[in-house]
Parts: sequence; structure tokens; C-alpha cells
Amino acid sequence: MGTKQLVSTTINGEPSQFLCEARQSLLEVLRNETGLTGCKEGCNNGNCGACTVMLDGQPVNSCLVLGLEVDGKEIQTVEGIAQENELHAVQQCFLEGAALQCGICTPGFIVAAKALLDENPLASEEEIRFQLAGNLCRCTGYDKIIRAVMEAGKQMAETTTS
Amino acid sequence: MSQETKQASSNGKYRVLGTRPVRHDGADKVTGKAIYTADVKAASMANGFVLRSPHAHARIKSIDTSAAEALDGVLAVMTAEDLPDVTDKIADLGEGSVNLAHLSNNVLAQDKVLYRGHAVAAVAAVNVHIAEEAANLIKVEYETLPSVTWVLDAMKDDAPLLHENLYTSSGGEKADTASNVGVHLNFQQGDLQKGFEEADAVVEREFKMATVHQGYIEPHAVVVDWNHDGRIKVWASTQGSFTCRQQTAEVLQVPLSHVTVVPCEIGGGFGGKIAIYLEPLAAVLSRKSGRPVQIVMRRNDVFEATGPTPGAFVRVKLGATKDGKLTAGEAWLAYESGAYPGGMLGPGCMCVFSCYDIPNALVDGYEVCLNKPHIKAYRAPGATQAAFATESVMDELAEKLGIDILEFQQKNAAKEGTRRVDGPVYPKVGLVECLDAAATSDHWNSTLEGPHRGRGIASGFWFGCGLKSSVVASVNSDGTINLTEGSTDIGGTRTSIAMQMAEVLGLDAQDINPRVVDTDNIGYTDVTGGSRTTFATGMAAYEAGLDLQRQMTERAAELWDCNSEDIQIESGNFVSSSQTATFKELATELFKAGEPLVGRATVAPDCSTNGFGTHIVDVEVDMDTGKVKILRYTVIQDAGKAIHPSYVEGQLQGGAVQGIGWALNEEYFFDDDGEMRNASFLDYRMPTAYDLPMIDTIIVEAENPDHPYGVRGVGETPIIPPPAAIANAICHATGVRMEELPMSPPRLWKAIQQNQDGN
Repeated sequence: MGTKQLVSTTINGEPSQFLCEARQSLLEVLRNETGLTGCKEGCNNGNCGACTVMLDGQPVNSCLVLGLEVDGKEIQTVEGIAQENELHAVQQCFLEGAALQCGICTPGFIVAAKALLDENPLASEEEIRFQLAGNLCRCTGYDKIIRAVMEAGKQMAETTTS
Repeated sequence: MSQETKQASSNGKYRVLGTRPVRHDGADKVTGKAIYTADVKAASMANGFVLRSPHAHARIKSIDTSAAEALDGVLAVMTAEDLPDVTDKIADLGEGSVNLAHLSNNVLAQDKVLYRGHAVAAVAAVNVHIAEEAANLIKVEYETLPSVTWVLDAMKDDAPLLHENLYTSSGGEKADTASNVGVHLNFQQGDLQKGFEEADAVVEREFKMATVHQGYIEPHAVVVDWNHDGRIKVWASTQGSFTCRQQTAEVLQVPLSHVTVVPCEIGGGFGGKIAIYLEPLAAVLSRKSGRPVQIVMRRNDVFEATGPTPGAFVRVKLGATKDGKLTAGEAWLAYESGAYPGGMLGPGCMCVFSCYDIPNALVDGYEVCLNKPHIKAYRAPGATQAAFATESVMDELAEKLGIDILEFQQKNAAKEGTRRVDGPVYPKVGLVECLDAAATSDHWNSTLEGPHRGRGIASGFWFGCGLKSSVVASVNSDGTINLTEGSTDIGGTRTSIAMQMAEVLGLDAQDINPRVVDTDNIGYTDVTGGSRTTFATGMAAYEAGLDLQRQMTERAAELWDCNSEDIQIESGNFVSSSQTATFKELATELFKAGEPLVGRATVAPDCSTNGFGTHIVDVEVDMDTGKVKILRYTVIQDAGKAIHPSYVEGQLQGGAVQGIGWALNEEYFFDDDGEMRNASFLDYRMPTAYDLPMIDTIIVEAENPDHPYGVRGVGETPIIPPPAAIANAICHATGVRMEELPMSPPRLWKAIQQNQDGN
């Protein structure tokens, strides 16, 4: 068994510490050490986006980040998107727009879409499609996902201006 | 871009059907709470890793596991010696049958490996890294054999032989010499020669199609706990908990009743998660180690060692009169079945001419073993390959005759009374309605301008089956209902099933609490597949609603002091001459005294739901690179009755996009050693959001007389037309007729060059 090191981070706004071996990815650590199984393993080599989490404000494929690398950093996972008991606009729009079928890609899309809309809530269809090209979905054909993201963006822009 | 999504309206006829409630499992799925199999954590759970063959075809001379067993942290190691011998018996799994000896052999190889990725050993350890390290310490001595990876090559007399005991089965007889050809099928009707003589124009083409994978984002995963009382609990990513249970019990040779399968939330299946791969391995490792064992497949193993759809060679010849009536059709199909016999040739042969009335027809098909993973169902298995050929030839024939392709399809469309070449006569079906909807659609009537742009159209058919489902409906004290069922929910069926019960009882969708439960907690239910779930399990929910109404009518009669014949059901309300009560009012009243209310129903409809569809696509071709851009796409399909239109649209859009990937980029690249060189999502190129426009949908409702609400299965048909529709569009854009899938940039570019040189 490899030697484990202590890593101190902030996850979803709360301080969190865990032990991990050098060879463990952030994806593995989040799922096994912190119990946050929302991010999913689809390919383990950065090609599907199912493992997307926010790291210091940027969306990353957590399968391509080592657990040890996040010492002192801030992580947000899909579990931290809803505030208390209220779903975020992106989550609500996914539900109302039927933008998921099997749901396995949904956590990754929600994290990536929220990151995109936080920067640019009125992003165009093409901009959204480009920014989300790293998140694969095999069930929906993307149509309803893109519509849900656009609707969420509109709502987020209205909330900011009102 | 205009969105033409015709709202499947309730016409005032239904309260709940045709509406779009938020799905019952939605909150879990958008917050990361939903539990998929890899998320399951059992106490003291160990992790497994599977060692697989690097060779496409080889004899196993020896396996030495000693170094693996000695590694710190390793809990158990297994090889095929740890699995019981399974006889060459065929088991009926509901949607198709399986040879159990082959199934067991595929789970873990015995004397030979038949494809790269074939499992040879497995290890359980305290974590997955140590399990992998240990697996790589296992020494396997192989004697490599020549391999074959293209269907026509595997049919040759001198091809490497995969099975010494496989004799071609043809018309009930078996061949004398062993070969790689497992099955030969032949369907005929009318007089083929006469039919072609009557034709004024004939087109014949040959098509080649590469192996393609279902591409679900969630890899196969299991957790198995072989308990000390001999009971085996399996958590699995599966489309069918009951078939998973049956297959696992057979391979392990334990009584069926000792195995419980818990279907976790599933991240896509499309037909690829019906056969088992990991369950027996995790089970034996669990028995040997005394701990639950979790195994999750690596992505490259998903490509190399599960069940892709067949690569194929198809030749189609069609003849028609000058006023556009088809007179004859001939098809020759060779479908790969992969490492073992038993594949998708049957449906391919049945579907190849299924959209048309062709009085004189001959279909000849062969199923061939070769050194690739054993093929499995992929959404309308076998039909897409056949449709690529037929729909391409239809387009070319229409052009030769100078007839509009849509009119050509309408003129020959299958309808009630048309006899399919394999025998069945269609009841009422909706192809004509789909073609009519295409003809009046905004897409078909819009102008497509610009260089290297073209429009294509193609149709498709899938049977849609019935099979068995069970449901139980327990009424709560407040009149809401817990509905337990056994159909894994891959695409929102929990909700479409609940809506059917809500409709019959006069309740809202949110008054029903649908739960997908394990094999201990519900009656037998066949797979979520075959486009059957909303149809059959929905029918069961409807019937369970009727069962509750019968019980409640009896009880109300006592309560209201009248005869049960005096009580009518009107929109779910119980009405007598003097009293009326809603479901909830009566249920809460009945809860106060007397037995609890539990309704039940089981169904086994023995029919096809006959799903037809037509797709229209506009493309633009980059002549310098061969890259195809999809400008506009419309899916038209007969759903019979769209229970939840958003999820019907979802099936249409998702299936179409899988078909677009199949058409333009997806294929298994095999090198000369039979190794797949692109076993990753990077190089096995599925469509991304950036590759596509919105996918418009038009839902046609030609009601199915075999369902109380007219439902037809919709899930599979959408994947059938896209490759041909796109090939037809490419032809109209460039003049190039593509005969090979995928029509990837290098292939299309080469064909464009050859076409230009030829001119």
C-alpha cells in the first residue's frame, strides 16, 4: 500500500481534509475519500467530461488532476450547486426542459454549464455548444441540454438586472 | 432556425397523457444524489480488476497466478477453473436467447481467447490500483493464432476457424464441415425473376459497414456480495435485473432463488447492458475473499470486451416500374456475430424491406464469427445496417426514374395488410402518416441554397415488442400510490408509466410514487429494451389501476349501500345515482376501516408495436476535407400516443444523433493483428454538442389498437434512418454515392476525388 498524505482543501464552501496516495486522481478521491459520488467516471482520460468539477473557479476534468494537487485549493462539485434547499436555475431548467435521460452526464454538464453562464449568462447557442463540447452525452442528442442552458442563462441574467 | 416540434396534444381527451411533468427521479439526478453502480459502497468492499487477452486469437497454454496472489493487499484471484462447467444449453432471456456455454466462456476464457480483450483472469484487492498491479503480475502463456476481423474474409474456406464445433444452421439443417458461419437465413415471397423482368429500372449496390459501439457514458459496473448463507446479492448497471439474475445463476450454477439483483440507476445501455460480463467474476472473488467486490470496467475494455453492433456487408437490388411501383427486391446480407454465434442477422433480414410493399422479394443472410467481441443489441439491432443499403438504393432508383423520392416512398409504403418478406402482415401502422407529415413539414418545403449542400430523406421500421411486466400499486392513507415496478429507468419511463396509472385513476402524475425495485420485490419483468417499457409496463400500470377500481367499487358499494353494478367510473371518479367520490376521497375513506388497498397487474402482450419513422436532413460538404456539416435535421415518427412528449422527443433526438455518429465518424479501427487502435472516446469519435444543430421532431400519432392508450414503442426506430438519409443528402450535395460507413472525412474526400477524376 502506498504512503498516504494529508490534503487540506475547501469543498463546496466547507473545509475538508483527506488522505490520499500519490497515484490517486481527484476524481477517485472525491468519490472514495469524501463520499461525493456526484462526479462520475466515464473514461478516466479526460475525454467525456462526466467528472467535471470546479477547481479554483475553473471547470476541470477531475480524472486529470491528482488528489495531491488540490492542497490549499477550492473545489465545487455538483453537490454544492444547489443553495440550501433550492435548486440552481441550471438544475431547475434541466428538469423542466427534460434535459436528461439516463442522467450520468448530468452532473458534469451542470457544473460546466453553471461555470459558463456565471461568466456569460447570455451566451449564444453556438458559444454554449462550443464551451460544452467537452461534455459527452449519448442519450439526448444535446438539443434539450442546450435549450435548458439557454433558458437558465436568461433567468440568471434577469435575476442580476432586477 | 425554426423549431418544428408539433406538440402532441391531449385533444381534451386526456388529463395527464400528453403533459410534461418533471420526472420523479429528477431532483436526485441533477444534484448528484442518484446512485449508480460505481457509487455503491458496501461494508469492507474490495475492488476487482480483470486481466484480458492482448491477442485477437490464441490458445491459452498456462496461467500462473502465484505472483499475483503473493502481492500485499490481494484478497483473491480467479481463473476459468473457478467457474463450473456449463453445458451447451440455450436459455431464453425474453428478448432473444443465449447459449450458456458461450456466455460462460465469454465471461472468462477457457482454452482459447477469441478476441483482444477476452477476459482470462480476475483479481480482488483492497483497492483497485493493487488489483490492477496484481493482474499484471499474472503470467499467461499464449500460443497466438492467425486472426480475422472482416466478415467476408471470415466466410472464406481458408479463414482462421474460431470454433471447431460450429456448423452452419440453415433451414433447420446443419452443415457437415465446421466453419465460421453460424446461421444462414432465407426469406422469399412471390417470383423474383418475374418481378425484375417487370421493372423498368433496376439499381443494385453493395455496402460495407464498420463495427460500432453503443457508446454509453457509464462503463459496466457490478458489486457482488456472496454472503456466508450462500445468498448472492448483485448490484448492477443493467437493463434487466431478472435476466441478469438468470444469467448469473446459470453461469455460477447456483439456484436462481439464491441470487438477488438490485438494478442501480443506469448510465445508458442501448442494448449493450443485457448480457452479463462482470457478475460471475465479482461473485467468485467475493466468495473466495469473504467480502463484497466491486468491479468497474475501464473505458478501453468497454470498447474491446463488451458487445458492439455488427459490422456488415449488404447488397441490395431493387426494381420498379416507370410510374414508381416497386416490383422486386433482393438482399444479400453478411453480418458479423463476433467471437460466438448468435447475433442480429434475423432482425436485419426482417427489416431490410420492411418499409415497403414489394410483392416479389428474396432475402439471403449469413451470420459469421470472427475475432471481435461477441456482438450484442444496439438500438434496433441489425436494422440500421439494412436500412443504409435499402434507403440508399431507393434514393438512387427514384433519381433514375425521375420521381421525387418522397413520392416514391409514399407510393410503395407499407400499410395495414402489407405482407413483410418474412411473413407477418401489418395491422394498422403509421408509415404513410409519417411520410405525409414529412411532405407537409416546414423542413421539406424550405429551400436549401448554397454550394455543396444537399437534402436527404430516409425511413425506418422497428418491431417494438411486448414481453412480460409486473407492477404492484399500494395505496397510501392519503390516496396517493406507491407504484413498484421492475423496469430499469433509462430514459424517463418511471414517469411515463406513472402517468398512465394517474390517467386511468383521475390522479396527477405527482400522486404516483414510482419505484424501480430489485428482483426480490417485484414479479418477473423483462428487460428495458425492445422499445417495450412505456408500452408494456405502462399497460401493467393501467391494468393495476383497473384492479384498484374493481376493489374500490366493491368496497364503495358496501359503504354506499348499493350494488357494485350501480357504481360507474367517470374520469376516475366513482359515481352512483346518489354519491360521487374522487379516487383520493374514496381511498382515504376506505383506509379508515377494512383491508388496505393494494392493486396488482401482470402483462405479457404478444404483439409488435410497429414503429415507423422518416428523417429529413440537410448537409453541407466541405469538398477540401470531406467533412460533413449537419445544417438541419428533422425526425418524424409514429409514437401511437406520446405519453410524455418531452421524453418521446428525447428518444427521437438521442437515437437520431447516435445514427449521425454512426453515419459520419464512428468505427472500430482494427490493425492487422486484430487490435482495436481507437478504444477511447478521443479516437472513437462520437458526436459532441458542437457537431450538431437542434434536432427537430414531429410526433405522429397513429394509435396502436393493442394498447389502451394507443402507445407504440419509440426508442429504437430513430437510429435507423440517419446513415441513409445523410448518404442521400451527401449524394445530392456532391454527386457522390457513398457505399461505406462511416462516411468519415478521409473516405468522403477520397470518393469526391475519384468522382472528380472520373468526370
